[in-house]
Amino acid sequence: MVDELLGIAGLSLYVAASSTAIASLLGVPLGAVLALREEARGRRPTLTIAKAIVFTLYGMPPVLAGLLVYLLLSKEGPLGALALLFTPTGMILAQVLIITPIVTGVTYSAVASVGRDVKDAAKSLGAKGWTLTATVVEEARLGVLTAVMVGFGRAISEVGAVLIVGGNIRGSTRVLTTAIVLETSRGNFAVAVGLGAFLLVIAFGIFLVLWRLQERGYR
Amino acid sequence: MTVPLEVRGVRKAFGEKRVLDGVDLAVEPGEIFALVGPSGVGKTTLLRIIAGLEAADEGDVRIGGNGDGRTALGRDIGFVAQRPAVFRRSALENVAYGLRLQGVEDDRAERDAIAALDRMGLADARDAKAWTLSAGEAQRLCFARATVLQPRLLLLDEVTANLDPANVGLLERAVKAYHEETEATILIVTHNLFQARRVAARAGFLFGGRIVEAAEVGAFFSDPKDERTRAFVNGEMPY
Repeated sequence: MVDELLGIAGLSLYVAASSTAIASLLGVPLGAVLALREEARGRRPTLTIAKAIVFTLYGMPPVLAGLLVYLLLSKEGPLGALALLFTPTGMILAQVLIITPIVTGVTYSAVASVGRDVKDAAKSLGAKGWTLTATVVEEARLGVLTAVMVGFGRAISEVGAVLIVGGNIRGSTRVLTTAIVLETSRGNFAVAVGLGAFLLVIAFGIFLVLWRLQERGYR
Repeated sequence: MTVPLEVRGVRKAFGEKRVLDGVDLAVEPGEIFALVGPSGVGKTTLLRIIAGLEAADEGDVRIGGNGDGRTALGRDIGFVAQRPAVFRRSALENVAYGLRLQGVEDDRAERDAIAALDRMGLADARDAKAWTLSAGEAQRLCFARATVLQPRLLLLDEVTANLDPANVGLLERAVKAYHEETEATILIVTHNLFQARRVAARAGFLFGGRIVEAAEVGAFFSDPKDERTRAFVNGEMPY
């Protein structure tokens, strides 16, 4: 029982952490480039469309993301040959789809809110191109960390997509959220609440580490 | 280490509002020139155009007598803004920033940065987080950060506005010391007429989008030729 619980928790962490890492690698540079391009070149139609897509996908229902990835990975789907349906990798793919827009959007806001005076100071000291981008992202690092935290929070608590793509298979793709759904449907409310409490404790532990990092940056 | 600065026919509008309407200005190599004028006449805009942080709608900025307009920001041109904008790093890392961008090796960058902080009375603050410094300390840090790169043209935008007299004095002495040491050309924007008198060799009055008058400070303040300059230096014009 304990082994099974630890296995489920471990998989939850693995899927959430992996999807957050991938989404951050994609979303942080994308958000930063969107913000800096918009400032440098004004509101061009392509940038406006890109922003509209990002912010629309912010609100994408996880079940829809799950359905899309399901169709993509199912046997007849374009990526069916990869046999990723009902695997943790498939679940990660679905979560990347859900949280990348969130990480991108929050990063965009963080980078856009770095004051013009700070950017000018960097320029006046000789920064341009990628060195300027890197400096601005570094200045916005607390906001960027928030983007990663929000992404992780969404990933670890997400249920719709991982349920569809993972299938909640015992010992294989069952994570804490899907286990809660299962136990609730069986009427095992005490177990379901216990799993929920366990999920909260894990999330709290992760956020404690990230909060400490943030506070170090603020003080 | 000296550089002449020449501004010709610079015009700039923001939407419907024309701020600069054909500014001509010549600053001699190695001189300290004070640009004065009421608030909102475009002093900061002109300085930002000279620095290359803003584009002019029309006109030329020539630095170092060359016709190609722009020399490198940081290395050749230093800029310190009215509001101290520090990076979220230590004071030392703020000052070392520009040196590192220039590829100065770590040891030397740190040594030079410490010396620059020391000159500005910030030796004890080297490890302090820059955003925890007082306004005066932060502005002195920004001055150290710009001058550690030894720019030949230093642009100062109301750098002592809103500072206490002790910090004003410290910064003015630092400006003069930098000038004596490097013979750099310095353009200082201020609406503090006493400061212009104390620091600069010549002064110019920006009003109505143009330089109305420019002269050696003694003559500029005691015997202005233009009625508008006279009204301004006599305190009869709000600023």
